[in-house]
Amino acid sequence: MPASPATDFIIIIPAFNEAGRIRETISGIRRFSDALIVVVSDGSHDRTAEEASQAGATVVALPFNLGYGAALQTGYQYALRKGYVYAIQMDADGQHDPSYITVLMNTVRGGDVDVVIGSRFLGEGDYQPTAIKKIGMVFFSILASLLTGQKVTDPTSGFQALNLRAMQFYASDDYPVDFPDADVLIMLRRRGMMFREIPVKMHPSPKKKSMHSGTVPPYYLFKMILSIFVILLRKKYPQEEA
Amino acid sequence: MTTQLKILSAFIGVSLFIYIIELVRRKKLREEYAWVWLLTGLMIVVLAVWYDLLLYVGGLMGGILPSALLFFFGLLFLLFITLHQSIKISNLTDDVKKLAQELALHQAGQTNGKSKS
Repeated sequence: MPASPATDFIIIIPAFNEAGRIRETISGIRRFSDALIVVVSDGSHDRTAEEASQAGATVVALPFNLGYGAALQTGYQYALRKGYVYAIQMDADGQHDPSYITVLMNTVRGGDVDVVIGSRFLGEGDYQPTAIKKIGMVFFSILASLLTGQKVTDPTSGFQALNLRAMQFYASDDYPVDFPDADVLIMLRRRGMMFREIPVKMHPSPKKKSMHSGTVPPYYLFKMILSIFVILLRKKYPQEEA
Repeated sequence: MTTQLKILSAFIGVSLFIYIIELVRRKKLREEYAWVWLLTGLMIVVLAVWYDLLLYVGGLMGGILPSALLFFFGLLFLLFITLHQSIKISNLTDDVKKLAQELALHQAGQTNGKSKS
């Protein structure tokens, strides 16, 4: 049970078939934060939802699989409806070290930036991606850095902290739900929002099945390039009232 | 074009036309999509009966064979239809996503409300 109702932030975890891991992930988070944890079960076929619920998380269960981005978006929609003004998003497989929640949260609360991203490649930990993955990551890091005008080292990181303005964007129709990463950073900048990366440690994912593996990479590559290209074609959004 | 082929083409065109109307009547096909198909049926009939039109258009385009012209327009038409359907599918996917999210949020709201009270 969330012990402190006064917390103004929520932890969002999209999960697809994470039974057996989700419980540990949640209890891991509980050691560092008593914020409300909402697990968005993305049409899981196993006991992800039950386990999350038993572990003390709030569960939003999608009736069928919508994909990582849409599950994430559902979490933000939930957060906004419940009136939260800050959010942390994490992966369900325990890859993200919950001891960094506080520093992510403090950074976004600082008010200089709208999104704080935990990067694997800023010194902490010793994450080693495979060769192909590395090439893709480097490519999109360079592309994102060029197009956002600031250094981006880890555009695929799903370990982020957001303020209200960014949450509203993630929950909106404009959010690219397919594989949100580098394109989201560019969209943020074009909407006049700021982001910052801070170093975090990530554990190797216990399962081989990553979002960016198997038959997905060629499509992922294509989609991301197309997505970024059309973002540049669209009109820059006027800065909304801050 | 042989007379047999003309009759066959006209027959196919008319059958398609009637079948589309019937599908709309039975509400198997929305009016929204019917017009494209009705147009197709009509075009088939027109081209079958009025071969000179095909020759004329072929001449306009630099003396293309009427058969090649038919294939060209046929392909163009199929391209148009599939693109149109891809757009529709994209819209539907988006709608389904929104519905699923709305349903999940609604259910979450209900169960959490219950467990608290």
